[in-house]
Amino acid sequence: MDQSRAPIYEALEQFRKARVVPFDVPGHKRGRGNPELTRFLGEQCVSIDVNSMKPLDNLCHPVSVIKEAEELAAEAFGASHAFLMVGGTTSAVQSMVLSTCKKGEKLILPRNVHRSVINALVLNGAQPVYINPETDKRLGISLGMRLSEVEKAVKANPDAKAILVNNPTYYGICSDLRGIVELAHQHGMLVLADEAHGTHFYFGEGLPDAAMHVGADMAAVSMHKSGGSLSQSSFLLTGPAVNAGYVRQVINLTQTTSGSYLLMSSLDISRRNLALRGKEVFRKVVEMAEYARSEINDIGGYYAYSRELISDAVHDFDVTKLSVHTLDIGLAGIEVYDILRDEYDIQIEFGDLGNILAYISIGDRQRDLERLVSALAEIRRKYQRDKTGLMNQEYIDPQVVVTPQQAFYAEKESLPLRETLGRVSSEFVMCYPPGIPILAPGERITSKIIDYIEYAGEKGCFITGPEDPEIKHLNVLKNLG
Amino acid sequence: MELWFSERYTPNAQFSIRVDKQIFSTQSEFQRIDIFDSPEFGRFLALDGYLMCTEKDEFIYHEMIVHVPMAVHKNARKILVIGGGDGGVVRELVRYDRVETIHLVEIDPEVVQACKNYMPFTAGWLNDPRVTIFYEDGLKYIRRQVEEYDLIIVDSTDPFGPGEGLFTKEFYGNCFKALKEDGVMVNQHESPFYENDAVAMQRAHKRIVQSFPISRVYQAHIPSYSSGHWLFGFASKKLHPLRDFDPEAWKALNIKTRYYTTVLHTGCFALPAYVEELLREVEE
Repeated sequence: MDQSRAPIYEALEQFRKARVVPFDVPGHKRGRGNPELTRFLGEQCVSIDVNSMKPLDNLCHPVSVIKEAEELAAEAFGASHAFLMVGGTTSAVQSMVLSTCKKGEKLILPRNVHRSVINALVLNGAQPVYINPETDKRLGISLGMRLSEVEKAVKANPDAKAILVNNPTYYGICSDLRGIVELAHQHGMLVLADEAHGTHFYFGEGLPDAAMHVGADMAAVSMHKSGGSLSQSSFLLTGPAVNAGYVRQVINLTQTTSGSYLLMSSLDISRRNLALRGKEVFRKVVEMAEYARSEINDIGGYYAYSRELISDAVHDFDVTKLSVHTLDIGLAGIEVYDILRDEYDIQIEFGDLGNILAYISIGDRQRDLERLVSALAEIRRKYQRDKTGLMNQEYIDPQVVVTPQQAFYAEKESLPLRETLGRVSSEFVMCYPPGIPILAPGERITSKIIDYIEYAGEKGCFITGPEDPEIKHLNVLKNLG
Repeated sequence: MELWFSERYTPNAQFSIRVDKQIFSTQSEFQRIDIFDSPEFGRFLALDGYLMCTEKDEFIYHEMIVHVPMAVHKNARKILVIGGGDGGVVRELVRYDRVETIHLVEIDPEVVQACKNYMPFTAGWLNDPRVTIFYEDGLKYIRRQVEEYDLIIVDSTDPFGPGEGLFTKEFYGNCFKALKEDGVMVNQHESPFYENDAVAMQRAHKRIVQSFPISRVYQAHIPSYSSGHWLFGFASKKLHPLRDFDPEAWKALNIKTRYYTTVLHTGCFALPAYVEELLREVEE
């Protein structure tokens, strides 16, 4: 296929030239009905915010230009089929889970998954089987799943339907995906890859394996993260063993019937860009990340880690991720994150208890990297302090008492945080970002979890999930102690 | 022939100079560089379309950014100039016998080369043996310097484009760290007049105040710069621009100037009420 084509974009250009009179939705009618919005977003932008119609195809049932765009994307990513997603990678992840397991069935997964995975379990009633991803003691981050651990889980749960793998984690850590695929397929299980942070694996050189390239069955790819498309646009990829028609039905259960052409055209154009120029683009991204990493490590105190982490539990590391450990300068990652924004006008992706992550991409400039590095040097000079009393993240082994669905829909009561000790939570608690649950519905609340929630709140983490926005109370199951 | 160079100060106000001919033009890795000859202002340099320095009035800017701090810090011997690829700051500095070392950190070698070729009235002193040029990002250079310099002169372009990083808190903080215990930093501080310039001026002032215990602003009248009313920042760890100013000592140096005088030194720190108000707003 000709990867220099962008069928949705081309159809929209044609459509613009045809000057069709709109007696359909959206009611702003190419922006004329909403001049303030048009001034703000620009005429170019609002004029292609249009409805599905014959020349532009229909996302729910693609037959022409969207179908072609999907085929081009499938080829570019090496998949059997690609779905354009307009509900974020969250919808792609949920569609993977919903189309592979149902109520009472088992899904094997690491606990450090994005909330969207467990949300899907709330929807379909499947049972999570967690694999403990080891924690790096110094950094306080979850590592990958050891192949031997996955094997243990597979043997103990031969009835599991699929294994979900983060490829990579938010911090850039990869499990042995090739090995897991082999193991899963031997036992008749599917492999689902959450590649929210791995779009570039498909196009760059010297990066970790991409899921479709090593035979995984489904992958959720956040094109809007490293791929350059608009927020909320994403791809769901499937391999040869997956029935694409059924997956489409599952997607259509929850997907909008008014798919945004802004999002779809951004996917189309970004896919074209990566297919044509991805190698060069990601070579530059790697170069910038490596430069920033070496400059940050030069400051002293900070530790910007990379491939030296590779071990049994870290199969590979994504060098485009600029993750920096901050505890040795006596500051929690979230504190550095706040100082960077409040004092230096620099917004990074996230800070957790011990680390920060600066997202390096196709849109960065050398001079902005100099600002980031210099600001970190200044923060060390001005704020460095003794690190005693700082807490590191550690892996909290979840005690799953009931399935996420049972817990979510059960009768519940609201208790002050401290009084929930020993009870079963009916809701999520997580710092956002990264959005990895500290507590998920159906899990027992331990004193370690309560300490962690309180400490993260004190340090200024943005905690989300519970009904009570102050996180002073948690909902727990009524009849289960 | 009607050939004019125009620079927009705002969407509704602009400044134009009749051009006799274009002498040089190139697009470097960092910016577009143009040099023109004009009947009124003589030869002038523009970067990305913004006028940087003209033969007729550059002496005002360069004298004011150099002699004010040099008259206060009587022991300034090791000096860092950031930006300043046209060489005008260096020209004023080499007039002091006591100056031992001048490090010029300029990001764009093509600016220096163009000025050496076509602007000898500013760049003609860059070969002085005391001068070393580093072609590097100023923010990156300063990161590695600790208590190294007596005086830092920030001769930057405007706070958008390649000079952006030189208006940030991380830059000023790193300058503080790079200065000796009685060190002084002087920077071009934009104009207070048009709104966008004034906002940039306030942001710079706010960040300098956060980084240095002493921070004062002084002014000069520079006809070819936006509004003609230009400000400079004097920031220091210890020395006060007026209380530690020794006019007799400076006069004894016998440096002949066309704009700067010891009387003007005192007067240039007296600012219009609206400018004082703008500065106060960000001083907290």
